Amino acid sequence: MIEVLKAGLLDTVQDSGRVGSQEFGVPFSGAMDNYSYALANSILGNPSDAAVIESTIVGPKLKFHADTSICITGAQMQPAINGNAVRNNIEISVKVNDILSFGKKEYGCRIYIAVAGGFQTKKVMNSRSMYKGITDDVKLKKGDILPIVGRHYVDSKMFSSIKVDKTHFYNESIEVTIGPEYEKLDTHLQELLVNQEFTISVNSNRMAYQFNETLHNSLEGIITSLVLPGTIQLTPSGQVIVLMRDCQITGGYPRILQLTEASINVLSQKFLGDMIRFKRIK
Amino acid sequence: MGVMDFELKYKPFSERSILIEWPAEIALNILNDVLIFKDHIENSNIKSILQVNNAYSSILVIYNFTIDKIYDEISILKRLYFSRNSKTKHITRRWKIPVCYDDEFGLDLDEISEEKKCSKTDIVSLHSKADYTVFFIGFLPGFLYLGGLDKRLHVPRKKSPRFEVRKGAVAIGGQQTGIYPNSSPGGWHIIGNTPLEFFDLSKDRPCFANSGDKIQFFPIDRNEYQNILTQIDLGTYQLESEVVDD
Repeated sequence: MIEVLKAGLLDTVQDSGRVGSQEFGVPFSGAMDNYSYALANSILGNPSDAAVIESTIVGPKLKFHADTSICITGAQMQPAINGNAVRNNIEISVKVNDILSFGKKEYGCRIYIAVAGGFQTKKVMNSRSMYKGITDDVKLKKGDILPIVGRHYVDSKMFSSIKVDKTHFYNESIEVTIGPEYEKLDTHLQELLVNQEFTISVNSNRMAYQFNETLHNSLEGIITSLVLPGTIQLTPSGQVIVLMRDCQITGGYPRILQLTEASINVLSQKFLGDMIRFKRIK
Repeated sequence: MGVMDFELKYKPFSERSILIEWPAEIALNILNDVLIFKDHIENSNIKSILQVNNAYSSILVIYNFTIDKIYDEISILKRLYFSRNSKTKHITRRWKIPVCYDDEFGLDLDEISEEKKCSKTDIVSLHSKADYTVFFIGFLPGFLYLGGLDKRLHVPRKKSPRFEVRKGAVAIGGQQTGIYPNSSPGGWHIIGNTPLEFFDLSKDRPCFANSGDKIQFFPIDRNEYQNILTQIDLGTYQLESEVVDD
C-alpha cells in the first residue's frame, strides 16, 4: 500500500485511458503526457496500461507501506526519498516506511509516479483513470491508501537513468495538422495561427488548454460533431481552445487544427505563462 | 423510397482517425444512413479499426495505430460505403420515460410559459406527445442528443448557465431536448425531472438507449415519481420499451 501524507495541487490516478467507451459519451482520459507515462512503465517493466499517479505543478508526499520499486518521469520537481535526492527516469527501490517528497519545480508541469505492477485502484469501464461521474474519487487527498502489487526489495542493478531529450520540455513548437474546418478560415487567419505566439492562460487544465491571445473571426458554428484530444477549436469570441485528454467527445465549435500525439504530450508539460507556436506539418 | 447515396467527405483528422461527413443537417434520413454505414464498418471487422463513433451527420473512424497510408484507408472506406445495403434495418427501440413536470422540478416552466405565450399544461403536453430520436450520446456520459422537439418549444439557451443542474433534469435548449444524467452545470431550460438512471455504471452497457432509438416522455405526478425511485432502488422497476416498427 502507498499512503498519501499530503496531496499536491492535483494528483490523479491515470492509465492509458478509457478507450472504447466513447459511444456512451465518456471521455478518453488517461495520462496527459503519454510519452512520460509510457517511459515510467517501461523502465519498471510494467504492462503498458499500468496505472500511475499524475501530479500537476506541485508534487505529493507519499509513504510506502511495502517494499517496492518506483520510477518518476515527466516534470523535474526535485524528488527525494526520506529527504535524499533521487533522480527521474530510473528505477528506485523503496522500503517500508520510506517517504517520497518533492521540492521546487525546475521544468515541466506534470510528474508521473509509477510503481512496480501499477496502482491497483478499482477499474471502471476498463480504466483506472479518475474522472468525475465515472470513478468514485476524482483526485487524491491526504489519507488516501492506494493498493499496489508489492514486490520484494531488489537492489536495482541500473545505475544510470534513461536520458530524456529536453526538447520534450523546452520545445515551443507545437506540431499540428489541419482540422476539418480549417478551409473555412481566410488566409489571414490561417497565417496568423502559425505566425503568432500564444501564451498559455490560467484556464488550462486536463480538459483543455486556452491562451491569452484571441483571434477575431466570423466563423459560423458547426452542428455538433466529433472531437478528439488535440483538436483546436475557435470560438466566436476568438478563444483558441486545445482540447486535452479529459475533453468531451463532441463539440460545436469549428475544429481548425489538430495536434499530433507527440505535441499533445509536449503541450501537457507546459504551464501558465509559457509561450508556444503552432507549426503546420503534412 | 429508392436507394440514395449521399456525397460524403472523407477527411484525415488525427494521426489515428478519419472523419466522414454527410451534408451538415440534422435529419432522420441522414442519421439513418450514418448508422447503416457505421454498422457496416463495424461488421466488416477491419483489424486496424479500433472504434467508430457518430454524431448528427458524421462518423469518426479511430484506428489502433498511426495510419500509415491514409489514402488507402480512405479508399477502403469509400468502397465499404458503396457496398452497404441501404435497405438494412438498423434495429431500434422506443423507450417510455416517466417525467414529473411539477413546479418543484420544472424550474423554468414559468419563464418559458411567459416567453412562448403558452400555458404550462400546453408545454407539458407538447413536450410529452412528441416522438424523439436519439442522434448520439455526448456532452456528458449518458447525455442523449434528442431531435424532434416541437417548434413551438424552441427557445434560446439561458443567458447564464446554472452552476448546478440536478441529476435527471429534463431540459430544452435551442431545437433540442435532453436529460442531465448526472448533476452538472448547464445552460438549458429545465422543465421537469425523471427518476430514471441514464448512466448506470453497474450495467455492462451503462446507457440503455442507442443512436437511432426513439424516446417518448409521459407525465407522472410527485407520488408516482417517488414510487418509481423506490422501485429503482429495489431493482424492481420495469422500464417500458418496444421495438420500433415503422
